[in-house]
Amino acid sequence: MKQRNSDLWKRIKQQRFLLMMVLPGMVWLLVFCYFPMYGCQIAFQNYRITDVLGSSEWVGLKWFAKFFKDPLFMQVMKNTLGISLLKLLFGFTAPIIFALLLNEIRNIKFKRVVQTLSYLPHFLSWVILGGIMITWLSDTGVINKALIAMGVLEEGISFLAKPEYFWGISVISEIWKELGWGAIIYLAAISGIDPSLYEAAEIDGANRFQRLWYITLPEISGTIAILFILQVGSIMGSNFDQIFVLHNALNDSASNVVDMFVYKIGIGNGSYSYATAIGLFRSVISLVLLLIANKVTEKLEGSSLF
Amino acid sequence: MKKRLKKVKLFDVINVLLMVAICFLMIYPIWYVVVNSFSEGTEVLKGGIYWWPRNFCLENYSAVFKNKEIYTAFGITVLKTVVGTVTSVLFTAMVAYGLSKSYLVGRKIFMVMGIVTMFFSGGLIPYFLLIKQLGMLDSFWVYIIPALFGFYNAIIFMTFFKNIPVELEESAKIDGANDFVIFLKIILPVSGPVLATIALFNGVGQWNDYFTGVIYITNEQWLIPIQTFLYKVISESSSARIVANMPASVRNSMVTSTTIKYATMVVTTFPIVCVYPFLQKYFVQGIMVGSVKG
Repeated sequence: MKQRNSDLWKRIKQQRFLLMMVLPGMVWLLVFCYFPMYGCQIAFQNYRITDVLGSSEWVGLKWFAKFFKDPLFMQVMKNTLGISLLKLLFGFTAPIIFALLLNEIRNIKFKRVVQTLSYLPHFLSWVILGGIMITWLSDTGVINKALIAMGVLEEGISFLAKPEYFWGISVISEIWKELGWGAIIYLAAISGIDPSLYEAAEIDGANRFQRLWYITLPEISGTIAILFILQVGSIMGSNFDQIFVLHNALNDSASNVVDMFVYKIGIGNGSYSYATAIGLFRSVISLVLLLIANKVTEKLEGSSLF
Repeated sequence: MKKRLKKVKLFDVINVLLMVAICFLMIYPIWYVVVNSFSEGTEVLKGGIYWWPRNFCLENYSAVFKNKEIYTAFGITVLKTVVGTVTSVLFTAMVAYGLSKSYLVGRKIFMVMGIVTMFFSGGLIPYFLLIKQLGMLDSFWVYIIPALFGFYNAIIFMTFFKNIPVELEESAKIDGANDFVIFLKIILPVSGPVLATIALFNGVGQWNDYFTGVIYITNEQWLIPIQTFLYKVISESSSARIVANMPASVRNSMVTSTTIKYATMVVTTFPIVCVYPFLQKYFVQGIMVGSVKG
């Protein structure tokens, strides 16, 4: 035992420079990641802003119970899951289809131009894209003018002021931003497929669609699986950066997602304990979903995150 | 045979048209903002400017640069992007270099500590209270220090560092250089691609971040970056205040709050649009490395 201890000291001394490089990072993690986790205890307490962390009165699951009984609970969960599942259904599959179609383009130059242009929106912030959407979707905006000109509408609709359109707007605008960017990883995976597979298939008389279905898709399914797991893990998130810009008082009943609710209760009303409890509920569910998705894809696909 | 050839060709034509349509849909909304920002304010209010500026003018832009609020916000954005990117890239690379050594004492604990943070977080409110306790509300440092490190980026660095041949370091070690000197003099100079990749990710992230300014800057409004400024203009529909802040000399029919908003959007976006096509290579590399199982 003594021998091992002195060995350890020797190794630490030898590696002192490496350790001095790593430890600041660990301190940063402790402060900015682990301290907030420790701070989650206020979800079980009556925390007031003047309290020193850890000294507040314990109240058990009071805030969680309050959330489940909150008249807005159903609305918040419905919006979060609704928007996220629609994004999973359309936003997740669109880049795969786009990548497969783009891969069928033979002219390399054209392909590259399309790719470069398609991921421009990814680099713009949600404020810019949201600003454009807000102008375009207003009752005198471009969308309404186009719809009126085509005879679909009689008069303009203020789309973002109507809750019934919000989910659709949020899904479509996310596809706008991420379609090209999301496709990059699939295109890279496709370009990594062994060309001899295609040659063999061609000799066997497989047509283009068959090659896509029997070679390309199975070959990139591992990549799809990993991205799917990550996407499932973010179901409780529903992209706050985006919702925060597009949200307004009139569409609130459709845009009030968990993150928005936490923001309003915590930052807006200053009910820190209640908001922390909701946030903790969200984090735990997200983690559980991630682990389930990981297990399921591991069984079905053989790919997993961990 | 002939029939099949025809079918394939039809598919190709439709596919090309579809791609053109997608590109158009991606780009056109941005083009719309650009042409309107170069048009006279009163014309924009009349509407119908779709393809080309009407009554081309630069007044909107000169008004943007004469507005002190926008001007300061722009400066803050540049400053935080430069400082934030440089510090976070160097800091993350340094930590990741240590972690990339498989013989490092305690490596397993450090790795677990890091990976947990990729999948679980304390949430908005405890984080907000932490920032508050650290005295970083209404401080420029709130843009820099909380963004200093990130484990996802550290993993990308580690994957790269592991592939650097050990011989490079060994000769320096024989010469008596310590690990920190090796990192600075040997590792960093050969890590150009990965440094560029992470710098770009962080740079774009810093440039585009508006939320930090919304939530952590409450009183010292001069500290908000341009994206937060735009957020306030857009969400509170308070664009009137942009014009109210104008010197009387630029308040005329050529400039309205709408056109100034458009011009600000273009100015905000311009640097990013300029750099991104050239950096395609690095981004793709970055995503690929990052997607390798950690």
